[in-house]
Amino acid sequence: MISMKSITKAYATGSGVVKVLDGIDLEIVRGESIGILGRNGAGKSTMVRILGGAEMPDSGTIERRMSVSWPLAFAGGFQGSLTGLDNLRFICRVYGVDAEACLPFVYDFTELGIYLKEPVKTYSSGMRARLAFATSMVVDFDCYLVDEIVAVGDSRFQAKCHEELFVKRADRALIIVSHDPGYIRAHCQRAAVLRDGKLHHFASVDDAFDYYSDYMA
Amino acid sequence: MSTVSLSESWAIQKRVLGALLMREIITRYGRHNIGFLWLFAEPMLFTLGITALWTISGLHKVSDLPIVAFAVTGYSSVLLWRSMPSRCISAIEPNLPLLYHRNVRLLDVFIARIALEAAGTTISAVGLVLVFRGLELMEFPEDVLLVTAGWIMLGWFGASLALFLGALSANSELVEKFWHPAAYILFPLSGAAFLVDSLPPVAQDAVLLLPMVHGVECLREGFFGSKVVTHFDLGYVAAWNAALTVAGLLMTRGIADKVRPE
Repeated sequence: MISMKSITKAYATGSGVVKVLDGIDLEIVRGESIGILGRNGAGKSTMVRILGGAEMPDSGTIERRMSVSWPLAFAGGFQGSLTGLDNLRFICRVYGVDAEACLPFVYDFTELGIYLKEPVKTYSSGMRARLAFATSMVVDFDCYLVDEIVAVGDSRFQAKCHEELFVKRADRALIIVSHDPGYIRAHCQRAAVLRDGKLHHFASVDDAFDYYSDYMA
Repeated sequence: MSTVSLSESWAIQKRVLGALLMREIITRYGRHNIGFLWLFAEPMLFTLGITALWTISGLHKVSDLPIVAFAVTGYSSVLLWRSMPSRCISAIEPNLPLLYHRNVRLLDVFIARIALEAAGTTISAVGLVLVFRGLELMEFPEDVLLVTAGWIMLGWFGASLALFLGALSANSELVEKFWHPAAYILFPLSGAAFLVDSLPPVAQDAVLLLPMVHGVECLREGFFGSKVVTHFDLGYVAAWNAALTVAGLLMTRGIADKVRPE
C-alpha cells in the first residue's frame, strides 16, 4: 500500500511562489491501477516525483509499504555521457540486480543493438524511452509509476510495453499519469483528476472522464 | 515513510556508493587508453611538473632540504585539499538525473566524489614517494605515523571543505566563480612552497591561521623532523575540520529537499 495524505508542494518562480499541489490525498494497494488526469502543467509530474520519492513534499505524509518504481519510460533517470549499458549497470547496482543476467532481455526488448554501447545523449527520444522502459522492467517493483507513456515510441514499442506492463505485471499496482483520457480509460480501474492543485476522486473512470471532458471544454 | 531496518539501509548505502563510484570512474576516465589509471596518473603528472620546475628554478638553494622530497610533500598536499572541493562544487548538475532513484541522495554523490579524489591523490603521493625512493632522489619519512596524521588531517580538511562548498554551490553560482581564484591564491600561502619557520614572525602568525598550513607542517615534521623546525597544532585543524563537517552535513541536508531532479 502507498498512501499520500495532505501533500502540498510549492515552487518559487520568477513571479512569486506557486502552489502546485495543495492538499493531495491518494491511496493505492497492490493489483490496483489508478489513472491521474490533468492538463499540461497541472502538477502531474511533480506528484509522480513525490510519489516516487525523488522529491520531498513541503508538508503532508507519504507512507510506502511497497516498492515504487521511478517514473517509467521516462528518460530523465539516465546520465547522458554514459552508454546505455553503463546506465543500465548503474541502475542495476543501485537496486541490487545482476545486470549481466538482464542483458538478453534488454537487447531483445529495446532492439537497440550496437547503440547500447553508445552514450545515451546520442539517442533519440524514442530510443531513450525504449531503454528506460526496459531498465525499469529489469528491477522488480510492487508499484509502477507511468508518466505519459502514450507520447513516446512507435506502435510496436507500444505493444511490447503493453505486454510487459498490463499483461505480465497485472498483479502489481499501477499509477498512470496522462493528459489523454482515452489511455486512462483503457487501462485503469479508477481515475482521479488533478486540477488547481487538488486531486478530485471519482467512483468510476467514466465519472472522471466526464468531469475532465467538461473541464477541458 | 517506508520501514527499512538498519542492516537493510546499510546494504542499500553500500550498493549506492559502489554504483556511484563506478559511474564516476567511467564518466571521468572512460575506457580509453589507460582508463581509470588516470585517477592517480593525473595528480602524479601535476606533482612531477612542479617538482621539475622547482628543481630547475633553483629553489633547492634556498633551503637545505632535498628539493624533490620538499616538492612531493608540498604539492601532493595541495592536491589533497584542493581537488575534493573542486570536484564537489560541480557535482550536483551532472548528477541531477540520478536523483530520480530514491536511494541515491546528494550526500552519496558528494561522498563518492570525495572518496575518489582522496584515493587518487593518496595513491599518487605514495606512488611518487616509492618511485623517487627507488631512484634515490628522496628518503623515506623519519616518522610515518606523523606523516599519516598530517595527511589524514589535510584529507579531512579537503573533504569537509568539499561538502561545505558543494552544498553551498547549490544555492549560489558565485561559489564556483570564487573557488578557483581562492584556491589559486591559497596555494602559495598553504605552506606547500615554504617552511613556516623560514618566515618572519608576523608572517608566521598570519599563515598559521590557515588550517592547511598546520597539516603540511605536520607532514614535513614527519618527513624531515630532525632537520627542520616546524610549527603546527593538529587540534586547530581538527576544530576547523569538525566545524566544516557539521556545517557541510547540515547544509547538504538542507538543500536535499530543494534540489529537483531533472
